Amino acid sequence: MSPKRMVDTKMVPVPSHSIVPERDLNKTPVLETRHLGIEFGGLKAVEDFNLTIGKTEIAGLIGPNGAGKTTVFNLLTKVYQPTTGTVLVNGKDTAGMNTMQANRLGIARTFQNIRLFGNMTVEDNVRIGLHNQVRYGMLTGIFRLPGYWKQERAQHEQALRLLSIFGMEDMAEVKAGSLPYGAQRRLEIVRALATHPSLLLLDEPAAGMNPHETEELMRNIIKIRDEFQIAVMLIEHDMNLVMGICEGICVLNYGRIIAKGTAEEIQQNPVVIEAYLGKQKEDAP
Amino acid sequence: MRKASKTAVSNLITYGIVVVAYIVCQVLIENGQMTRALKGQLVPICVYVVMAVSLNLTVGISGELSLGHAGFMSVGAFAGTIASAWLLAAFQLENEVIRLILAMVVGGAAAGVAGVLIGIPVLRLRGDYLAIVTLAFGEIIRNVLNCLYISLDGARLHLGFLNPNLPGELMVNGPIGVTGIDKISTFAMGFALILFTLFVVLNLVNSRAGRAIMATRDNRIAAESVGIQVTKYKMMAFVVSAALAGMAGALYGLNFSTVTASKFKFDTSILVLVFVVLGGIGNIRGSVIAATVLTILPEVLRAFSDYRMLVYAIVLILVMLLTNSPILSNLVNRFYPRLHRRAREKGGEAA
Amino acid sequence: MISLLSYLCNGISLGSVYAIIALGYTMVYGIAKMLNFAHGDVIMIGAYVTFCAIQYLGLPPMVSVLLAMVACTLLGVIIERLAYKPLRQASSLAVLITAIGMSYLLQNVALLLWGSNPKSFPSVVNLGSLSFFDGQLLISGETIVTVVMNIIIMVGLTLFTGKTKMGKAMRVVAEDKGAAELMGINVNLTISITFAIGSALAAVAGVLLCSAYPTLMPTTGSMPGIKAFTAAVFGGIGSIPGAMLGGILLGVIEILGKAYISTELGDAIVFAVLIVVLLVRPTGLLGKPVREKV
Repeated sequence: MSPKRMVDTKMVPVPSHSIVPERDLNKTPVLETRHLGIEFGGLKAVEDFNLTIGKTEIAGLIGPNGAGKTTVFNLLTKVYQPTTGTVLVNGKDTAGMNTMQANRLGIARTFQNIRLFGNMTVEDNVRIGLHNQVRYGMLTGIFRLPGYWKQERAQHEQALRLLSIFGMEDMAEVKAGSLPYGAQRRLEIVRALATHPSLLLLDEPAAGMNPHETEELMRNIIKIRDEFQIAVMLIEHDMNLVMGICEGICVLNYGRIIAKGTAEEIQQNPVVIEAYLGKQKEDAP
Repeated sequence: MRKASKTAVSNLITYGIVVVAYIVCQVLIENGQMTRALKGQLVPICVYVVMAVSLNLTVGISGELSLGHAGFMSVGAFAGTIASAWLLAAFQLENEVIRLILAMVVGGAAAGVAGVLIGIPVLRLRGDYLAIVTLAFGEIIRNVLNCLYISLDGARLHLGFLNPNLPGELMVNGPIGVTGIDKISTFAMGFALILFTLFVVLNLVNSRAGRAIMATRDNRIAAESVGIQVTKYKMMAFVVSAALAGMAGALYGLNFSTVTASKFKFDTSILVLVFVVLGGIGNIRGSVIAATVLTILPEVLRAFSDYRMLVYAIVLILVMLLTNSPILSNLVNRFYPRLHRRAREKGGEAA
Repeated sequence: MISLLSYLCNGISLGSVYAIIALGYTMVYGIAKMLNFAHGDVIMIGAYVTFCAIQYLGLPPMVSVLLAMVACTLLGVIIERLAYKPLRQASSLAVLITAIGMSYLLQNVALLLWGSNPKSFPSVVNLGSLSFFDGQLLISGETIVTVVMNIIIMVGLTLFTGKTKMGKAMRVVAEDKGAAELMGINVNLTISITFAIGSALAAVAGVLLCSAYPTLMPTTGSMPGIKAFTAAVFGGIGSIPGAMLGGILLGVIEILGKAYISTELGDAIVFAVLIVVLLVRPTGLLGKPVREKV
């Protein structure tokens, strides 16, 4: 990616498709992408992806399987470097950054196929999430200098406080890998939250959950947003969840945004219906 | 906090085993019940324990297979023996304990520097490639040490590469290695080095840095996604491991009157790896026990010395097969067939 | 000038041996995704079998070599079945440690069977040397046979993987084991055949290596094995022409390095090449890049 191209993309005026809720309108958006795109060997997996997310918005990214949703997450978290376009986090360009730097800038995520540290305890998983919230060096750790005990205790308390969001304090000593599926998904959210993000990306958070668990998850996502005052963007196939809590929804198909809007607008959008159900009238005899 | 005390107890047991073993050895020596051959093995045992524990930091805690650990040991041995001779010549440092400690510090520092230099390229690689490159570096170190000439001229050190014509008395003589070493290593210092190594490794594991190292091992992408600087922590584990191996190398070098680079061949790296694997990858206490037992055993069973490496090889394969293949779980299922069937039925329903 | 030519010939000869060994590594790595550390020791076993057949049984050289190829093929398949197959799903760390264990096992079995004293290997090649420039440049019969064998094997393998059903199955298994299984390909058989071919080539390489460098010890195979792996990586792991290119280049680099830089540093130079290649172009000269899925 040449720096020249970056300038070019910035000069193209971005049409305002913002679906940012009113309360966030006057603040710097937490995320802004401009003409974001990536190619894999000639195949445009994501193309011209423009999206703005407000400071405390809950946004949904939906689309049929293989539409490129997870690829978008990988672009935002810099697992992949985009071939075109820019990603701004809190107004800062993330060009040339890696995943770790993107996280430090405020993007945290969960994974579609859960990526916990399975051999470690639940608490240790959260403590690893708190890695950059705690600051003591290797020598302090090895020689147990005074800062060590103080910060370890603070970290322990913080971890338990975060786990209490999902009522998981009792499981702190359990091995993460032995948790039931739903709890593993929740733990991944807690671990991501521990990094103190301003934007939380959830990749299919309700996958494998029963309706009761999903409902609880919906309440918890809203609770997290309200309590931490952060934005949440989620990929999800459970339309009850998406339509229930997302203020802005973005529909992706074949790597391109085909619609943006509120839940109601999306539900009535003929292009979206077509993408999900296929063309109806014309093919019928 | 319960977990914290649990690891604390486990660590205390590890320290306890080492302290008790030391006391038992001292009592046996006092009573004259220890054979000379075994007495001669005491310092090497300490060296191999430290080597195994430090390699376990790389292989078990950081999850990278290093096949060049003996290379760091050799750097430490050369640096330590030279430092000891130079300290004696330049500062008339007669006190052997202080000289040994300083030599170990120098050996550790030199190996640590080598660890940084090697770690920068090596840690960009993964898996088998990383392993083979550590092997390559181990061999390169040995080759380079074979070409090294250092002489002591009064208090001044002269260094030559492929060039033995140096002023003063040659200390490091190319393929002949370091000669005329003042043997100052003691069992007590070996014991102290083991305690220090355990202290460093166990405390590192239970700290912010240690958790970051293990997170990187378990899932690199997830670790990056929570803002961990993966290369930094891989490097930290690698360098600490190298430095500890260097200290062990200095202790080893100062236990003999001559040291050659060929003593630190690939075989030595593999031997230490065998200790780590048999003690349990990632299990520090296991490394201590395995290194001790497997260093003593061939001394005790001299009749079997021809079969030693053969047995090691077979045991290495068997341990890997039993711990990593479905065979073991099948064995378990044979003993508890009902449990297995029930679990299966449950799984079937869920799916 | 003539000495340079002579070094080049030696380099190409040594490199051809590396190339034949590297083929075993590259095929196994391509298909089973494992570094078969014991491959170098299969070479040594092949050389010992040939040695015994000639020395003790009095068999003619060609028959001895064929016997060694059969023995190594069996050995390779047995090793794969016993030690590697149970670990198909295990971590690469576990597989590599097992392979190292296997390498040591073979070395120590050889040590018990044949002792640690080096055996002087009789050359199986009874071809005179070619002489050029009034005898200033001599190309030995071993060199010629090695290079010719290398070319024959390379062409044969390329045809085999490109044209035959089994060869195509190998390429499919290398690409995607699961999909190959679904297409009705016997993955286990394919992997076994890969090991069989690699090991048979190892026997040939062992004979050629020991014909050129006639000291045979239980550790004879380990260093050439590691260097041949370097050659495989250099050429691009999984690529048959890559193994040939990498092997020959590495052989030339080693001989020239030993001649013009330092004999002591010969191995260090070879390994430095490995490190530089892995850092600059980890997929080797002719390899393809791979991407990790998130």
